[in-house]
Amino acid sequence: MSEKLLVIHDLHAAVDGKEILQGLNLEIRPGEVHVIMGPNGSGKSTLMNLIMGHPKYELTHGSIEFEGQDITKLKTDERARLGLFLSFQNPEEIPGITVENFLRTAKNSLSGQNVRVLAFKKELKEAMAALKMDPAYAARYLNVGFSGGEKKRNEILQMLLLNPKLALLDETDSGLDVDAVRIVSAGVSQFKNEKNAVLVITHNTKILKELQVDYVHVLIHGKIIERGDRSLIQKINEHGFAEWTAAAKE
Amino acid sequence: MEKNKTVVADIDRGMYDIKNEDRYSYKVSQGLTPEIVTKISQEKNEPEWMLDFRLHSLKVYEDVPLPDWGPSLEELDMNNIVTYVRPHTVMKGNWQEVPADIKNTFERLGIPQAEQESLAGVGAQYDSEVVYHSVKESLRKQGVIYTDMETAVKEYEPMVKEYFMKLVPPQDHKFVALHGAVWSGGSFVYVPEGVTVDIPLQSYFRLNSPGAGQFEHTLIIVEKNAKLHFIEGCSAPKYNVTNLHAGCVELYVKEGATLRYSTIENWSRNMLNLNTKRALVEKNGAIEWVSGSFGSKISMLYPMSILKGEGARADFNGITFAGQGQHLDTGAKVVHAAPYTSSNISTRSISKNGGIAVYRGAVKVTANAHHSKASVNCESLMLDDSSRSDTLPSMDILNDEVDIGHEARIGRISDEAVFYLMSRGISEQEAKAMIVRGFAEPIAKELPLEYAVEMNNLINLELEGTIG
Repeated sequence: MSEKLLVIHDLHAAVDGKEILQGLNLEIRPGEVHVIMGPNGSGKSTLMNLIMGHPKYELTHGSIEFEGQDITKLKTDERARLGLFLSFQNPEEIPGITVENFLRTAKNSLSGQNVRVLAFKKELKEAMAALKMDPAYAARYLNVGFSGGEKKRNEILQMLLLNPKLALLDETDSGLDVDAVRIVSAGVSQFKNEKNAVLVITHNTKILKELQVDYVHVLIHGKIIERGDRSLIQKINEHGFAEWTAAAKE
Repeated sequence: MEKNKTVVADIDRGMYDIKNEDRYSYKVSQGLTPEIVTKISQEKNEPEWMLDFRLHSLKVYEDVPLPDWGPSLEELDMNNIVTYVRPHTVMKGNWQEVPADIKNTFERLGIPQAEQESLAGVGAQYDSEVVYHSVKESLRKQGVIYTDMETAVKEYEPMVKEYFMKLVPPQDHKFVALHGAVWSGGSFVYVPEGVTVDIPLQSYFRLNSPGAGQFEHTLIIVEKNAKLHFIEGCSAPKYNVTNLHAGCVELYVKEGATLRYSTIENWSRNMLNLNTKRALVEKNGAIEWVSGSFGSKISMLYPMSILKGEGARADFNGITFAGQGQHLDTGAKVVHAAPYTSSNISTRSISKNGGIAVYRGAVKVTANAHHSKASVNCESLMLDDSSRSDTLPSMDILNDEVDIGHEARIGRISDEAVFYLMSRGISEQEAKAMIVRGFAEPIAKELPLEYAVEMNNLINLELEGTIG
């Protein structure tokens, strides 16, 4: 048994034949909050999709281990059942399937047994209240006609109910106003404990203000070229990524 | 890189495919002649006018050519179709008296159970004749008539004579002419003025005999300001010979009346389903169609609403699921023949494994039908590259002061949507089934509950398979 939750070693990956990740290393332990920052096109979303097993993203070299197990051959749903979760940047709209029905199906799939309906309803109601979501959304079709902010809140709602070991948050703060960012941050804080972990990717820093961040990684051109504590956030806020992108070109 | 491929075998239709031994008390020989038609009429002890009508229809049938559009019907050889099979029983009013093999068939299909739980009346037809019929006493007292067509011809002769095949005359096309010649079984419903039948009536048609035809006739009259929900279910086990279903449904909706007519047709894959349904709607009346087409090898089905009176309304919700070897050509027609009429057509089609699902529909607005509204919305989902889907709407608008809308969409299951659901621990197969069920949901929610459940089960069955 490894104490590490996620170990990524020398990861290379391609999309449509184009190499996006070029030797990425990352380790995450239970209880930690990691942030990967980088400019657009640096490979952040590729990394998230690769960890979750999106069939379009091709791993060309390296390994991804979750709790000591190589997961690179596993299907997406199998990875989810091990305790991985991805909050999508642009969640899909699924007509005809209600939020509640979807969440209950997901919970049943993850646990391998049917959840008790009343207990589930209660849990759903409480989580929606915490995220200041209108309870009527439980009966609405999944993400259909939701605003950008509502979709993001719905992602966090799923995270709270499905309670993964490692939550990957892909640009969860983009397109949100200040209040919505605060609500989403509070949701993440509520989720976080010493046994699970969060990996946030973002190219801005709004969501990070309210989070207890342990490690910050800077991703440029498919490689992590700087690591530090949360003081790095401040530096990026002031100077952007220019210093690193210039260095990467040399 | 992993390539996802879904291989789906022909489904096990379970209970629908259980066939009984072909027992019957009378069966005409194959093919179609005036002698056979006369024999059917004699078997039923019909009045002279009905025999004349049948013989006239037969002449029309011989004169009218096959349709020159839609799916090919060349495999249909009337010389191999048995037009009349009388089951080994007469009609009963009590399930205990229905022969065990037939009763068991209907029990497997859930009919007697549903009768106890949620229906006001039930009719059950096995091959060519109705074997069971009942209606709640309270409805009978209010003057509601619900019986089989044979009984209606005898006991309500003037009414049948007034309405029978007046809305759908034999000259309309080859298969209604055929129907007029050899029709057998079906339901007759009469709801008197102002009576609301608040729980549904249901008829179930089961075709057991191989190589037979089913030609049931449904005649429903809903008088002024009356209200009815009528449900029809159809199925047949699979044989290796071609079966033919050419039913006819005539619905008369009088002033201010409402009729909801729900059907699920789940025929086996050797069935040619050439069914004709039509409603005539008077002033401020409403017809609401809910239609599910699943089985059959070929279906040609386009229920038609004629909005004859001012303010009349038609709603059509239909879903079609075409799998391997199926060509389902379905849709709806509406004729706006009076001012202030409105119609709404909404269809979903799903095609899979080389199945062909075509929407074919027509909206006509006559010159006097000012201030009418029509909206047509057709959505198709193709589950793989070998399947086909088409949308063939036709609009014939002869008045400018109308509001017409049309929307059509053909799509596939999005890989991103499957990935999204799978990222929550849902298997690929269940993810796809959820997306398909979601697609069908707007129609499924209009179906009676047990039919909605049945439809979801059918979708799950259809999508079951090995993924690898």
